[in-house]
Amino acid sequence: MPSLPLLLSQAFNGLALGSMLALVSSGLTIILGTLGVLNFAHGALFMLGAYAAYVTLQGSDSFLLALLVGSVFMLLVGVLMERILVRLFYSRPPEDQILVTFGAGIVLVEAVRAIFGGNSQRVPVPSWGEGITQLGFLIYPTYRLELIGIITVTLGVLWVVLYRTSIGLVVRAGIEDAGMVGILGINVRRAFLLVFAIGVVAAGFAGMLYAPIVSVTPDMGGSFLVESFVVIVIGGLGSFPGAVLGGLIAGEIISITSAFDSAYSEVMLYAVMALLLVVRPQGLFGTEGRV
Amino acid sequence: MRRLALLPELALIVALAIMPFVFPYVGGSYDLMERVLDWGLLGLGFDLLFGWTGLLSFGQAAFFGTGGFVAAWLLVNHVIGSVWIALFLGTVAAGLFGLLVGYLAVRRIGIYFAMITLAFGQMAYFLENSPLSAYTGGENGLPGVPVPTIGFGDSAYVIATGLPMYWLLAAFFLAGFIVARRIAHSPFGVVLRAIKENTARAAMIGHAVPQYKLAAFVIAALYAGLAGGLLGVIQSYMPPDAFALDTSAQLVVQTVIGGVGTLIGSTVGAAIWLWLRDNLQMIPQVGALWKLILGVIFVVLVTVLRRGICGEIRYRATRGTRAAAEAAAQADGATRPATELRDVRAMPMPLTAPLIHAAPGLPALRAIDLAKHYGGIRAVDGVSFEVPQNSIHAVIGPNGAGKSTLFKMLLDEVHPTAGEVRLFGQRITGMGATRTAQLGIAKSNQLNQLFMELTVRENLRIAALARRRGSFRVDILRGADSIAEVERQIEAAMTTVELNERAETPVHVLAYGEKRRLEIGIALATGPNVLLLDEPLAGMSPTERISTRALIREIGRSRTLLIVEHDMDAIFDLAERITVLYDGRWLAEGTPEEIQRNQAVQDAYLGGLHEHEPA
Repeated sequence: MPSLPLLLSQAFNGLALGSMLALVSSGLTIILGTLGVLNFAHGALFMLGAYAAYVTLQGSDSFLLALLVGSVFMLLVGVLMERILVRLFYSRPPEDQILVTFGAGIVLVEAVRAIFGGNSQRVPVPSWGEGITQLGFLIYPTYRLELIGIITVTLGVLWVVLYRTSIGLVVRAGIEDAGMVGILGINVRRAFLLVFAIGVVAAGFAGMLYAPIVSVTPDMGGSFLVESFVVIVIGGLGSFPGAVLGGLIAGEIISITSAFDSAYSEVMLYAVMALLLVVRPQGLFGTEGRV
Repeated sequence: MRRLALLPELALIVALAIMPFVFPYVGGSYDLMERVLDWGLLGLGFDLLFGWTGLLSFGQAAFFGTGGFVAAWLLVNHVIGSVWIALFLGTVAAGLFGLLVGYLAVRRIGIYFAMITLAFGQMAYFLENSPLSAYTGGENGLPGVPVPTIGFGDSAYVIATGLPMYWLLAAFFLAGFIVARRIAHSPFGVVLRAIKENTARAAMIGHAVPQYKLAAFVIAALYAGLAGGLLGVIQSYMPPDAFALDTSAQLVVQTVIGGVGTLIGSTVGAAIWLWLRDNLQMIPQVGALWKLILGVIFVVLVTVLRRGICGEIRYRATRGTRAAAEAAAQADGATRPATELRDVRAMPMPLTAPLIHAAPGLPALRAIDLAKHYGGIRAVDGVSFEVPQNSIHAVIGPNGAGKSTLFKMLLDEVHPTAGEVRLFGQRITGMGATRTAQLGIAKSNQLNQLFMELTVRENLRIAALARRRGSFRVDILRGADSIAEVERQIEAAMTTVELNERAETPVHVLAYGEKRRLEIGIALATGPNVLLLDEPLAGMSPTERISTRALIREIGRSRTLLIVEHDMDAIFDLAERITVLYDGRWLAEGTPEEIQRNQAVQDAYLGGLHEHEPA
């Protein structure tokens, strides 16, 4: 049985990882819920965000600037990807959508590998995140604490946009019935473009934030892609609250399990997903048969 | 069509025999060819799953790795001496794992299926990597897998690396291809195609879709297991990346590039992938770019050339015959002269007799207080009626009266909120459409539900196979057209709905009236005792209406018919009894004469119902 301080620190690690997964998965899930497209390039976009931060930080010391430049870059990538490729696939079967986004992911990963090489790159922890913080019961890296805060705010902003603005209303109406929204004279296509771009920025933003904690490589997105699939299966496909809660659950499962036996941390995540598929296949927040 | 054409098998034998004498001159090695065939073997199973059944799995690495590591572990630890037995056990282990994962995965479709298989693939990867690393060597894999031998003791022939190993792989691949092609062209394979084309209709006809999907999943896992085992044998080493996500992904890419649904396409894709990797890597400038190039090719193929290389070749090769069929369909599809109206009584081949022989006097179908509520909306509210055997019963009512919902409840396509349906006295409510279809009730839909990419004959075969074979059967080694009774049924149904001239025409090029007739033909070809026709005349030309009316009357001689229709002339002409629905409720029932005289019915159709509304 692991000691209490170890469990506590693992619970905190789970919170950090879980909030990260929540952010990545919420991007995935709003694209899926609105456009009906499962974006297999999502992991590659996460990776692209990390590289955007890396490149900006080569010329500047400001992490905030890196976040800003990176976000604009990701927005551009999202818009281009939707306009050039994804748009052609809205009326095609889901298997085709999966294949094309998957292919786009390969192209992104390999393009980055061609430019930056396959070696891992270091992104420094921002100056305002250095050191450790004394929490009383636990000593914890400052940046990870800030990470949790930044992601909470980001998710909050996303929630406000989706649930408290007229754009969000169109988007949520589009989830229910895109055809009907179109008949009402609202430009659904533009809403789709916006949602796709927001989803891409969410993935990229998570990548930027995560870059100082891990080594940045072209393949870093792969495991996040699969984990965020698990998250949205747990939370319910297309559900924003489901992605957030599912992300936290997944993060805690991985971290708490590794306090007992790190060999089983990932395995346990998939085991929980399998169990949930048996007892509640629509996920925590999903409705039966929506996607 | 009686015998399966063996041309592809012969072509493959020739190609496999020539390869080792040609390939080395174009940048290939024995090792490369062996790996291509190994990936190809993996791809055969995957194509049966994706190309035939329409299930896109991103988790085949789980079974590839399982087969490989079970076989390798048994051999390396000297649990088993024979490579052949180890390969067999590895394959079985992969199949069992496939059964477990498939059981969870096949309940979900499309996006869900892809995600779940991907996640289980990753789970297997992590299992191999850490908890089981004592057995699998973790990141190091298992070195020292022995080469197979033929015979025993000192006289045994050792299959050494190089050419002998190539022949071994060629033999396995050939066997795998022959079996896969038999499966693809078996009745079982026909049902898999049906599931891909139109899952809902396949289930409604009486095929147990989840079981077929699971069977296809297990078959794919068995192929993957064997290929995994052979990978270890080829390399004398079982690499851990057999379990990696990249393995599953590479398989998907290879199959799409080579051509989905062509069986051999996956092998062609593997040859391209592996050849490019081996040869481009030698060139300094582009060495690192080979995967980027492949990625771009892949995206372009998915976007504009969905058929892939082999699919495109097949498409172009069959263009002539297809164009002829389309031209013929357009030339005389829409209307035909009234003189062609045949004498239905002189039908050349009768449909096979219904399977159920119920006690005479028992009603064929009874609806008892059927109700369906959607939230507060009462689509159908307490409707009861009885249909005697071999009679024609009609259900009429204004738009939105609940007729289609009622019909869906009659075969349990939609579960009623209250009430029940009895078919020959047996309660069928709650069974689901697949089981009720097996019990002898079929429906032609208001909106066509056809298998659009298949021919008329194949459409009817899917239907005719259902009740003659039962809801699920793994008859993977017989020809799809080898069941004489089914073939007779197809001919009879085709003659009945007058589509003989379109037998080999793909359904999507048929004229609308022809599609309507095929819709009825599919329901008929299942050999139902009770046939429900939901607006059979909708969208037909006046001439077609006359001949379809004659057709319906003819069908009504041997089986029980229920019709929903707006063509009142046809209804009053055909039906023995009529039930009238209004606003989801039973309004009246009687003979056509009684209904015509009924004041409430007249009011309902003219709009002034309120005074006569029954309490």
